[in-house]
Amino acid sequence: MAKSVKELGKQWMISSFSKRGFSTACSTLKSSSSSSSTMEKQSGKSVNLFTAVNQALYIALETDPNAYLFGEDVSFGGVFRCSTGLADQFGSKRVFNTPLCEQGIVGFGIGLAAMGNRAIAEVQFADYIFPAFDQIVNEAAKFRYRSGNQFNCGGLTIRTPYGAVGHGGHYHSQSPESFFCQVPGLKVTFHSASIGALHVEVFILYLQSPAQAKVKVVIPRSPKQEKGLLLASIRDPNPVIFFEPKWLYRLAVEEVPEDDYMFPLSEAEVIRHGSDITLVGWGSQLAVMEQACVDAEKEGISCELIDLKTLIPWDKETVEASVRKTGRLLVSHEAPVTGGFGAEISASIMERCFSRLEAPVARTCGLDTPFPLVFEPFFMPTKNKILDAIKATVNY
Amino acid sequence: MMNLTKLISSASSSSAASRSKTLISSSSSLLNRSFSTDDSKVLTIETSIPFTAHNCEPPSRTVETTEKELLGFFKEMALMRRMEIAADSLYKSKLIRGFCHLYDGQEAVAVGMEAAITKKDCIITAYRDHCIFLGRGGTLVEAFSELMGRRDGCSKGKGGSMHFYKKDSGFYGGHGIVGAQVPLGIGLSFAQKYNKDEAVTFAMYGDGAANQGQLFEALNIAALWDLPAILVCENNHYGMGTAEWRAAKSPAYYKRGDYVPGLKVDGMDAFAVKQACKFAKEHVLQKGPIILEMDTYRYHGHSMSDPGSTYRTRDEISGVRQERDPVERIRKLVLAHDLATEKELKDMEKEIRKEVDDAIAQAKESPMPEPSELFTNVYVKGFGVESYGADRKEVRAVLP
Ligand SMILES: Cc1ncc(C[n+]2csc(CCOP(=O)(O)OP(=O)(O)O)c2C)c(N)n1
Ligand SMILES: [Mg+2]
Repeated sequence: MAKSVKELGKQWMISSFSKRGFSTACSTLKSSSSSSSTMEKQSGKSVNLFTAVNQALYIALETDPNAYLFGEDVSFGGVFRCSTGLADQFGSKRVFNTPLCEQGIVGFGIGLAAMGNRAIAEVQFADYIFPAFDQIVNEAAKFRYRSGNQFNCGGLTIRTPYGAVGHGGHYHSQSPESFFCQVPGLKVTFHSASIGALHVEVFILYLQSPAQAKVKVVIPRSPKQEKGLLLASIRDPNPVIFFEPKWLYRLAVEEVPEDDYMFPLSEAEVIRHGSDITLVGWGSQLAVMEQACVDAEKEGISCELIDLKTLIPWDKETVEASVRKTGRLLVSHEAPVTGGFGAEISASIMERCFSRLEAPVARTCGLDTPFPLVFEPFFMPTKNKILDAIKATVNY
Repeated sequence: MMNLTKLISSASSSSAASRSKTLISSSSSLLNRSFSTDDSKVLTIETSIPFTAHNCEPPSRTVETTEKELLGFFKEMALMRRMEIAADSLYKSKLIRGFCHLYDGQEAVAVGMEAAITKKDCIITAYRDHCIFLGRGGTLVEAFSELMGRRDGCSKGKGGSMHFYKKDSGFYGGHGIVGAQVPLGIGLSFAQKYNKDEAVTFAMYGDGAANQGQLFEALNIAALWDLPAILVCENNHYGMGTAEWRAAKSPAYYKRGDYVPGLKVDGMDAFAVKQACKFAKEHVLQKGPIILEMDTYRYHGHSMSDPGSTYRTRDEISGVRQERDPVERIRKLVLAHDLATEKELKDMEKEIRKEVDDAIAQAKESPMPEPSELFTNVYVKGFGVESYGADRKEVRAVLP
């Protein structure tokens, strides 16, 4: 295997090492802010989230002979069935199981990517990404910078399921995204295309369960989003950590186009328009926020809801434009409030919109406790907590 | 491919021989009927197979025991088996939530290890911890309460299945991150050595965990400083769905310490485990760490969401059950020594079943923890955790 990787690597170095941006030519779908109606017209089978992941991985492997997929139990389909059938399709040299060793998995992926390959690594649960923390923070993120752009591991994408599932307890529930949003050096150059730039893009996609989807707007855009964003991440010339909301792997179902398409990273999307307050979130939390928006509307409060999608570098402009309109901001995430990414959004918006803000920025987030086993509902930033915060902010 | 025959034959080949031997060696016990066992009467039992050693002289296959211990092994292991089966149904009826990993099949390791050591010795393990806890003297009610997240649980209901602890008998738990407990165990053993406790630490991990880098860091530290640490690799041949040979270049885990001695043990034979642990304890107190590879098997899937039959054959599972089951091995020994009749053992199992059912009923009565417990034990009491209400403005309290 080592040999084939090397050969393929060489080949790729020659043919496409100098290419910037996406290495595989295909259409980039703009994620339109007007939502479901246009989406529904698209043809495609109705599939759930993990199948959409599967499709994206399939396309990534098919369109790039230098793409590899690996992780614990990945060749059997992975614990969430995301890679089902791919080992059969692409062979055990390109889709393979690793031993149980996260630090090794990520480090290996960095090396593989440094030879010009697309290394798609899976960390089985985001809770288990910490043994690989050093590799991500010190090796992956700084490779390009410290080598003066001689080397990079831009082909590395780390997929990992995150977030609450209702009863996951301490080590199957955490949302560790903010740890990766403060990698030293990142802020220096956070536009992904600039030369010598380095950053780890952290993003989480937005999904909804069908039950919640009935309520409003962006219903089933989720698995479709997943596919487009995952493909964009895999093909992005920077190392990307891709968080997938495991709560929704089976729950979220929608029609997903079968073709090869991508959604741009670092582009937030207004998924619900309103005038009184801006709500910013990402991942599965958006479904909860959406419900709070619906309830707030019944009380005459018009909420604008933004799916941030990419956390670094994040789309400040879209959020700023919205806050300039509404004058109020609420951020919500599952991770504990202290040091969460909500703090960063809050500070940035304060800097940009201070005179326009009519109330302090509200944060409705996980509590500052370990993720609990029996008190998950207390810990979580639930709909009612968000609703209370909306009202308090609007009536400030 | 690691296959059925290998799994089964690793232990069964000599069992017939050993049985006839034990029969001879214990003919004097015929007079001792069932439960009125003679505590002082020493029996000798041959281990199922010889130990395989790496960089050390293996201990003898002949294990000394007593009638009481033999019968006790049966009872403890049958109890563990029953507890795990009951946990399985509690999980299915959604009374146990979270992630739950069962130990049935591996009982001989917990029981044999405990028989060789004292409560001054420490044990630290991963998430497959229910039976280790029981072995350390934990009660069924504490176990079931913890499983169901109740106040009377051994971790006050805050840990759940993966996080059982028992400080008063040196059980350091119950760890969720694969491999992380092993360096911790090395730290424990350093403290024991420094304090001249003459006690040792058993740091347990699986065959999957054996591939984590921190294991080797821990091993080197322990060897460098001659620490009284016993690394117990419970090799049940699968890490989730991955067979050992898919994940390890060398699945001879007892040899993977290189410069650290090791011993391969039939982990389905409680007496072999006992012998090995006794040997290991003496060894590490004088010479520094050792690895014990326990060749064992889990009957259940990895956790409750794994049926356990997609990556291994049903024949393999039933083969192990028939040829190597740790409870059946002891049952045969009890019968061979005429310590109880088959009926008496069946009755004992019935009693155990009732004991388990009663414990479950009691655990169900235990209340959920107070909601304020969400905020306790995050920091030392008095240091406080600030908790905020919905909007972080109106409700603000510093909880204990
Ligand atoms: C760092 C880390 N990675 C992955 C996991 C998920 N996981 C839990 S148990 C397990 C398999 C462990 O197998 P093994 O060490 O053989 O122990 P066994 O379950 O067989 O007792 C995996 C991959 C985890 N808990 N922690
Ligand atoms: Mg195992």
